[in-house]
Amino acid sequence: MVLASVVTEPEFRNVLYILSFGLFIYGLSGLTGPKTAVRGNRIAAVGMALAVVATLLVDDLNNALIVLLGVIIGTVVGVPAARQVKMTQMPQMVALFNGVGGGAVALIAWVEFRSSDGFADVPTYVAIFSVFAAIVGSVSFWGSNIAFAKLQGLIDGKPVTIGALQTPLNALLALVAIGCGVAVIAGQNDEYLIITLLLAAAALGNLLVLPIGGADMPVVISLLNAFTGLSAAATGVALDNTALIVAGMIVGASGTLLTQQMATAMNRTITSVIAGGFGGTVEAAAGAVGAGGGTVRSTSASDVAIQMAYARQVVVVPGYGMAVSQAQHAVREMAKLLEEKGVAVKYAIHPVAGRMPGHMNVLLAEADVPYEQLKEMDDINGEFPRTDVSIVIGANDVTNPDARTKPDSPIYGMPILNVDESQSVIVLKRSMSSGYAGIDNPLFVNPKTSMLFGDAKKSIAEVTEELKAL
Amino acid sequence: MLITNLSILVLAGFVGYAVISKVPNTLHTPLMSGTNAIHGIVILGGIILLVEGEAQGFLNDALLLIAVVFGTINVVGGFLVTDRMLDMFKEKPAPAALPEGEES
Repeated sequence: MVLASVVTEPEFRNVLYILSFGLFIYGLSGLTGPKTAVRGNRIAAVGMALAVVATLLVDDLNNALIVLLGVIIGTVVGVPAARQVKMTQMPQMVALFNGVGGGAVALIAWVEFRSSDGFADVPTYVAIFSVFAAIVGSVSFWGSNIAFAKLQGLIDGKPVTIGALQTPLNALLALVAIGCGVAVIAGQNDEYLIITLLLAAAALGNLLVLPIGGADMPVVISLLNAFTGLSAAATGVALDNTALIVAGMIVGASGTLLTQQMATAMNRTITSVIAGGFGGTVEAAAGAVGAGGGTVRSTSASDVAIQMAYARQVVVVPGYGMAVSQAQHAVREMAKLLEEKGVAVKYAIHPVAGRMPGHMNVLLAEADVPYEQLKEMDDINGEFPRTDVSIVIGANDVTNPDARTKPDSPIYGMPILNVDESQSVIVLKRSMSSGYAGIDNPLFVNPKTSMLFGDAKKSIAEVTEELKAL
Repeated sequence: MLITNLSILVLAGFVGYAVISKVPNTLHTPLMSGTNAIHGIVILGGIILLVEGEAQGFLNDALLLIAVVFGTINVVGGFLVTDRMLDMFKEKPAPAALPEGEES
């Protein structure tokens, strides 16, 4: 029984925690390269399993059945969801998983309040960190749910605002939450305070994300991811648990960095993203595309096939539309045919094409597109003047020349793919409706541009058939 | 204890920053998903409060059960989804037409 008493020593548990966050850090550093990434993720998962086992190594194990039941239900819900989700729905899946993490943090803080007589039995710093965790966790839970609902199409993806009242209302909700928190920290132990705090934070989470439009969604998910990490770290300080502190804080730091990088790529600041998206300033400009007076030329699949078959270089510019219609395999097949005909094919990947950074890379990798054909924006932009045909598949805002030339455009200053510099441009689009940001795109009325209307996957398949016939 | 934990907190922040800043753009989506799985560590919070047995009563148990369910979904779903995404970046067995070691 010596062994049993050793493994249930708190010190032994702490050693296991150190081992487990070592595995987290080692695993995450594996994620820095495509070759080591799979292993890195699995190493981090092992670290997680170790941390859970370590937590269960206590002398007097209470409520083991509830823990077991929770893990079983969570597994039964989580595994099929993760297995069956389509690659195109990854962003909302990440939002959902992030949300439940934030929800767990908020619930834990609530129970801590209840079981410590409103934090009367614990040091003040525990109350401070728990209140922080409760507010941030609740904001993250509700914000992520809204992000999920928007991306999944359950509610309108366009910005929803309540006008000038928005900012004062948000400020009021934040004040209510913080006010309740301060009262709790100061020693009040009325349970309505913590419930009001959670509800105010929940309303704030809803109102913060509702006004944010599609193009800003990735930034928001990343920000909420960082929030959940920070709230987990706060829970760790409150519960004196090193594994929670380290893992939560690593996510908080990395999430913040990633959010910054994403915002920079769109020439936006995090504050302007939160203050309400492209939508606010765009309503006036959201008329029909082509209202600028230009004419839109539409083309046919056979014309597109001929144009590309005799090109020296074709650049594929994928966007969210490709993800929606699952066209990546069709695109790959078309590219193979072009390569057989001696055409150089490259893919231009805008950092925020799709709904998350790397979204397009994931989809194209799924379709076996060689890694080295995927070019990042800075590498490909110099190549457009030497490109005979740029084929834009369901991308819009990331190709909008207004970002370079029109200072009053909401996306002015955002780095874009200069497809308008190539010899000719083919745009695959379902209809003439405006992009997710709801802005006119003069590219469509450029004389070099021809439009191929229809579902991207169907259009590409038709072009491929025509190519085979050539 | 507080000072030790705060030191750990600050140092972990810098570690996270340093480790992540080296990730190429291509891997940002899997990275977000991977870190997302890691903050599922909050499941420990729920487990600790349950096994310590200090939070008694039906409502506390129910809330903690939900917390553990949420944490598990976060962890299990997060790692699985990341694994699926990353699988696509794994080196594929060379296609039949391309002999081993030849540039494609």
